[in-house]
Amino acid sequence: MKDKVLIKGARVVCPANGIDSKMDVLLERGRIKDTRVNIEVPKDTTTINASGLVLTPGFIDLHCHLREPGFEYKETVASGSAAAAKGGFTTICAMPNTNPVTDNATSIQSLLDKAEGQPARILPIGSATKNSAGKELTEMAEMVEAGAVGFSDDGNPIASDILMRHALEYSSVLGVPIIDHCEVPSLFTNGQINEGWVASRLGLQGIPAAAEEQMVNRNIALAKLTGGWVHLAHISTKESVESIRKAKELGIKITAEATPHHLTLTEEAILHGTGSGGIFKPLTEEAYNTMAKVNPPLRTDVDVEALVDGLADGTIDIIATDHAPHAVVEKLCPMQEAAFGISNLETALASALSLVHNKKLSLNRMIESLTSSPALLLENSNHKIGQLTKGFSADVTLFDLNGDWNVDASQFVSKGKNSPLHGQKLKGKVVLTIYKGQIVYSELKKDLVSK
Amino acid sequence: MNPHAGIPSLKPATSEIFASRKHILDLDDFTPSEIQLVLDNTVAMQEVIRRSVRKVPALRGRTIVTLFHEPSTRTRVSFEQAGKILSADVINISNSASSVKKGESLYNTALTIQAMQADIIVVRHPHSGSPNFLARHLSSSIINAGDGYHAHPSQALLDLYTIQSHFGGIKNRKVVIVGDILYSRVARSNLWGLTKMGAKVVLCSPPTLIPPDFINGFPKNHPFASVSITHNLSEAVKDADVIMALRLQAERQSRGRLPSLREYSKLYGINAEILKLANKDVLVMHPGPMNEGVEIDTEIAHGPHSVIQEQVTNGVAVRMALLYAVASANGGDK
Repeated sequence: MKDKVLIKGARVVCPANGIDSKMDVLLERGRIKDTRVNIEVPKDTTTINASGLVLTPGFIDLHCHLREPGFEYKETVASGSAAAAKGGFTTICAMPNTNPVTDNATSIQSLLDKAEGQPARILPIGSATKNSAGKELTEMAEMVEAGAVGFSDDGNPIASDILMRHALEYSSVLGVPIIDHCEVPSLFTNGQINEGWVASRLGLQGIPAAAEEQMVNRNIALAKLTGGWVHLAHISTKESVESIRKAKELGIKITAEATPHHLTLTEEAILHGTGSGGIFKPLTEEAYNTMAKVNPPLRTDVDVEALVDGLADGTIDIIATDHAPHAVVEKLCPMQEAAFGISNLETALASALSLVHNKKLSLNRMIESLTSSPALLLENSNHKIGQLTKGFSADVTLFDLNGDWNVDASQFVSKGKNSPLHGQKLKGKVVLTIYKGQIVYSELKKDLVSK
Repeated sequence: MNPHAGIPSLKPATSEIFASRKHILDLDDFTPSEIQLVLDNTVAMQEVIRRSVRKVPALRGRTIVTLFHEPSTRTRVSFEQAGKILSADVINISNSASSVKKGESLYNTALTIQAMQADIIVVRHPHSGSPNFLARHLSSSIINAGDGYHAHPSQALLDLYTIQSHFGGIKNRKVVIVGDILYSRVARSNLWGLTKMGAKVVLCSPPTLIPPDFINGFPKNHPFASVSITHNLSEAVKDADVIMALRLQAERQSRGRLPSLREYSKLYGINAEILKLANKDVLVMHPGPMNEGVEIDTEIAHGPHSVIQEQVTNGVAVRMALLYAVASANGGDK
């Protein structure tokens, strides 16, 4: 591999620079060197003919679970990073709900050490409270110094209002967000899926939308009170979107993410196989699809529509995957016993592109929500990512906008094969990922690459 | 297998009715004629039960495993008895005395049972959808003997049979189901069975014990559109032909859904005063086990309107009809 890479003839989409046109991109020594029409091939350069493909900055995922240490049977830093590369992600933020929990500078450093040499940049998110127990704050300043880019008790909401208040106050000088999984624990009550007709039909405990909405509203109130920065993880309901929109209009420092699954699937995915007949159709043995069990749960059409609208108008800042790999046995069981979560890194682009193909979202905004928008949320960490600007990290994703493929979860490089999209035909596929100037994933035909 | 082995009046499954049915997971996928076939064959099975030698060779050479992950008396015993009268080999597995205690997953336990050539697995499990899960992964026939608060089809069928045997039919009979609808698999399967057979169903419960999407009633195009919902028992039982009381679990109080069993009993308990408002030949049913003095008064539970013991007896015959239907639908002689 030479230290210069020239990618020629792609449709380059770089929302940060307002670019969407056919041009060339030159990478040199791990940095973006140039982005313009007709760059001449310099000496000692790997040239890639990318005509017909879309080239964007490498995707950034603010929310994923790498499981290491403690749950290496679900995923490791290596397998998770490989999945990222295959999915077009060059930067992924790892949630701290490992065992032990990433709740001090040493464990942040340990993760960064493991990240060395992986095919994606791994940015640690530290726990907001010690052991994510919701009792005492962690040493946030020291963790930021070590490389933490945000704080979260993800998986657990920060239930204590006063502790959340102090977390926001304390972190307000650090330039990183407190990321909250919004869910009032007492309304969750061992819920399995969205509270609604599907839960009722299946005899499963529902999780009401209000469990999320109440905590979204609390977080908005506390952000207003403290001036701190709350980032709301995986928003799933219409009312949440409306609250966030209103808060942003008032200038409250709130940001929010939505996942590919909440943007595209509804609770009916749990009925798997019963199909569009909904409640009129008898359940089959395919019902109780544990692959679609995720927290927050998949909601309704109305919620999906509101989320997509919110993403389009910027109320929802970014798409984040909440990649949550699990072992086979953790899904091969009745619903109540199944783990929450979806292995998402390798299907995220195609899911997000379905919104573009269905004309609900512009390609530019979709790319922005995976690149420059998350980069903005990581701005204070000075990584120079998310745009094809000279001097920025040479992180590039090439994808085939219309390429059809069948999802075969057994072929995931992630250890987590848990995908509700298994067996489905999706449109849009990553064909090349470059991280710091190195090709870390490629399924480009060999004759398109000349060395 | 001789389709009528030892039971002359039995109706065979036809290509339209039952012939392609492998599993019994709930009544939602039963047609009214399938339900009627089970009820008709239950009559034939009752005749066998009344014989002095209660044994016919219908399922000889078949293996039935009952896999019960929850305590049960009547359902497990009646499936066992049903299987034995039909000459099947019946093996009972309960979680307290099996490798489930050692932490084996449902999947692996079920694979083990299948490897032992079980033709039919009768499963009871606290988690909704467990029978669907097993049906998805195993080649044996699965009969749901109660899963979480999803379904209990054999109970609903025996309830239908009990109603039919008293009134000669189910259509247009007013059936009031009272109590914890939210957590009741019996109520859910009965909703499907009763509505398919044309009964007029009324659900009566405190507002905290009904599925949240039921509370405002059902839209016109809903399968339960004909079902009405009330929180007032006196109103509900007016002209009722059947009152079905559901078991109330004490934990509903500790979880904040009810202030006290006392108040529940006062508002929703079946007592003599309430019966006066119903039809004079009203049937009182209960799937058991009962909390006498809570959802039903002792004098009613054991009084002239009660058919609760009859339900148990009918349960054996209904389960014979179900086992026969599933076995004959799946291949006859082996």
